[in-house]
Amino acid sequence: MTTAARAGAAARTMRRARRARRGVRLRIVIPLIIVALYVVGAILVPILYHFDPLHTELLYRLKPPGTTVADGKTAIFGTDQVGQDMFAQMMMGARVSLTVGALTLLFAGVFGVLVGLLSGHFGGWIDMALMRIADIQLAFPSILLAILLASVLGQGLTNIIIVLSIASWVVFARVTRSQVLALKNREYVDAARTLGAGHLHLMFRTQLPGCLAPILVVATVEFGHVILAEAALSFLGVGVPLGVPSLGSSIQAGTAYLTTAWWISTLPGIALAILVLATGILGDALRDRFDPRLRSA
Amino acid sequence: MSQSTPVALEKSVPPDAPLLSVQNLQVEFSTSAGVVRALDGVSFDVRRGETIAILGESGSGKSVTAQAIMALLPRPAGSIVGGSIRYADRDLVTLPAKDVRRLCGTEIAMIFQDPLSSLNPVFRVGWQIAEPFRRRLGIDKRQALAKALELLDRVGIPDAERRIRDYPHQFSGGQRQRIMIAMAIALEPKLLIADEPTTALDVTVQSQVMKLLANLQAETGMGMILISHDLGVVADVAKRAAIMYAGRIVEAGTIREVYDHPAHPYTRGLLESIPSTTVIGERLTPIPGGPPNLLALPTGCAFHPRCPHAIDRCRDEIPQLRRPDGWEPTHVAACFRSEEVLAHD
Amino acid sequence: MLGYVARRLLLAVFVLWGAVTVVFIVVRLVPADPAVLIAGETATPEQIAALRAEMGLDRPLLLQYLGYLGKAVTGNFGNSYTQNVPVTQLIGQVLPNTVLLAVLACVFAVIVSFPLGLLAALRVNRFSDRAVTTLSLLTQSLPGFWVGIVLMLVFSRKLNWLPSAGLDSPASLVLPTITLALPFIAILVRMTRSGLLEVMGEGYIVTARSKGLPERTVIFPHAIRNATIPIITIVGLEFGTLLGGAVITETVFSFPGIGRLLVTSIQVRDYAVVQACVLVIAVAFVLVNLIIDLLYGYLDPRVRLS
Repeated sequence: MTTAARAGAAARTMRRARRARRGVRLRIVIPLIIVALYVVGAILVPILYHFDPLHTELLYRLKPPGTTVADGKTAIFGTDQVGQDMFAQMMMGARVSLTVGALTLLFAGVFGVLVGLLSGHFGGWIDMALMRIADIQLAFPSILLAILLASVLGQGLTNIIIVLSIASWVVFARVTRSQVLALKNREYVDAARTLGAGHLHLMFRTQLPGCLAPILVVATVEFGHVILAEAALSFLGVGVPLGVPSLGSSIQAGTAYLTTAWWISTLPGIALAILVLATGILGDALRDRFDPRLRSA
Repeated sequence: MSQSTPVALEKSVPPDAPLLSVQNLQVEFSTSAGVVRALDGVSFDVRRGETIAILGESGSGKSVTAQAIMALLPRPAGSIVGGSIRYADRDLVTLPAKDVRRLCGTEIAMIFQDPLSSLNPVFRVGWQIAEPFRRRLGIDKRQALAKALELLDRVGIPDAERRIRDYPHQFSGGQRQRIMIAMAIALEPKLLIADEPTTALDVTVQSQVMKLLANLQAETGMGMILISHDLGVVADVAKRAAIMYAGRIVEAGTIREVYDHPAHPYTRGLLESIPSTTVIGERLTPIPGGPPNLLALPTGCAFHPRCPHAIDRCRDEIPQLRRPDGWEPTHVAACFRSEEVLAHD
Repeated sequence: MLGYVARRLLLAVFVLWGAVTVVFIVVRLVPADPAVLIAGETATPEQIAALRAEMGLDRPLLLQYLGYLGKAVTGNFGNSYTQNVPVTQLIGQVLPNTVLLAVLACVFAVIVSFPLGLLAALRVNRFSDRAVTTLSLLTQSLPGFWVGIVLMLVFSRKLNWLPSAGLDSPASLVLPTITLALPFIAILVRMTRSGLLEVMGEGYIVTARSKGLPERTVIFPHAIRNATIPIITIVGLEFGTLLGGAVITETVFSFPGIGRLLVTSIQVRDYAVVQACVLVIAVAFVLVNLIIDLLYGYLDPRVRLS
């Protein structure tokens, strides 16, 4: 190996390190843009298309992508079995997915973090009791628990949010708890304790800030999981009520037309996958950014 | 400059060629914050049967030196960018890592600071000690285990016959380090590198382990590189010492020269910060400031911001190793003001 | 080791009790009266009252719960509301199919993901690593039921290579197995990769190298044996997701398994079958994790001997 070759090797590793750093930044920005596009599309498209879930246009049903429909507009993603524009319908479905995802995260996150803080901070029998409840809950695959609850509670957006929140708070509780346990004996927490800080102050002002990064990472990943779970429930017919278009129910509706109109099932699936992929990449990138050693959950 | 490097000085003295000769070794690490020169022109020799101590604070480049010799630098971040490591007519720097690895164990072996994390937790210690015999020499399992048992006895594990079937976590810290030593000397290497071998151990156990190393060396005649931050621990075992600071050797010589007449202010500071066992009630003098940031080394002599003797020249120019006027020919220091430092004795 | 086994067993029993109780509570939340469901809309109030007495629904809730616990322990789940056969018989017919499907998917997933995870870990940050991790993230993001539909569209409807529904021949297992295994593969690849990467940074790997062992030996067995421990834990936890996935996959492919039985029972509000299906799946999950906990003890001497 000559000196020049060695210098070249060093320069290469440098370049690779720099590329990796830039990679993390890109992996945060691009998924954020994609999610933002979904949000904007979910708000605006149904309005622009005057989308009405109950409207039917039998003359223009099952038209392939690119067909010009009644009012001279082009249905870029085709039309479904009742002649509705697929694009508008998918964006309406995205509205449902995003709403369910965001509200579920809010409820499950607040509840889970609260439980995790209590459990980690007080320890003892409180921790014991809360974590055994979490253990029991984990005995049910979360989608199974959601199916069971949804079938009992019945269809409806509120019920879906309740069901999915119940199915996903444990992740938040576990992450928060393990983080609190890790922070509990740090000097700055001890310092606050010796200064006479009360339990509430210790939990929310001293320990919670230290838990935020991992919670944010988990929330991002869970967002994708919740959206997938909502679609699965709607696909199984225990999710959104009839007449509310969701990406999952659109896919379900399309299964009857697989050979004649492939786009009805396929396109909402792709739309769903892109959204979930974006949150997955974002979650990974945030994990790399905040804590390369944080894993699973 | 050439007459001031320790190697050039020593080459004129010894009758036999050195076992290992490190010349002007340079190692760089690329980190996300930039390239770090972890070793900058490190040179030293080790002869058969000789122990050389490499001393310094953490981050001074002691362990990197060992890693560079064994081709264990973390990849792809660390790489050797200059110099040579000559071992038995071969330059380990130009040799592919795969071929260097072949010398490891049989020619050069190493023990590490933390024996718990250095032993594989899921394999029995007997299996781990027998492994070099089986994989490197092709000895069958039963014979290899018999040899492992001999080694356990030799490094002083009581009840070795039974304990050979135990796992690393079932041993005490000192015993684990003995097991590491048994594993390292298994294939009778000619050179043993001990990287902070006693740092993770209790003080009472430290001297036992050092004694074991010294005895083994006397029996086998292997060369030894003893890496430590603790000047006291190596004092009785090593013949020569090299002091490292910020990736450079700042002082080298026989251990008595270096300890009794430090010619570099950093060495002096290190010695003054050791609690003495003879004088009670004496005040310790810490070295002001902290270890340097390798990403932003001071100009000139890297030690000058912490140095009580610093002059303007120290800020502008990097001092090379040289023999202070009127001192032993083997004693070198990288300081412009060695004479003044020595005068403080 | 004995203490460890006892602790794991105790926890498993506790979790099973909890699962049984949760199902009891949830099913009691159903607004509809099971007696009405069974007797039908046309039944007279007297008939319904008689049925309630027969089913024990007029007893205090605590007694009902205790009776239910006793029956659950003996595996007696009563009769289906809609078909007049014991629930155990219905489940017995379909459970072997689901077990077969789950085992096939597991084996397939492990065979595929282990080499891929190993490749990614050994070539970390190179092209092959990026390709493998990106692909697994993509796979993880695909809705399982949608993958099933697309596979069915391509391989049964368009190419006509494989059957799209039912379980008539071994070929019927191919698409459901792949559908069920895909998300599992994605997770396993990522876990194998990160587990190995973590292990490769450990001190004993440096030791193995310093012994002059070739890199092949450093990985097998030194790194692999240690990396297997966390990977197996993940397999256990994700087995639950696999079981949940089975419910959806079976529905998509009209596969005669317990998942499909569950979904069809929900549709006809046959809660006797629903609660039994949910319990069977929960029990399977708890048992698999118990086995893995014990395996963990076997693989990690630190757990076994403490």
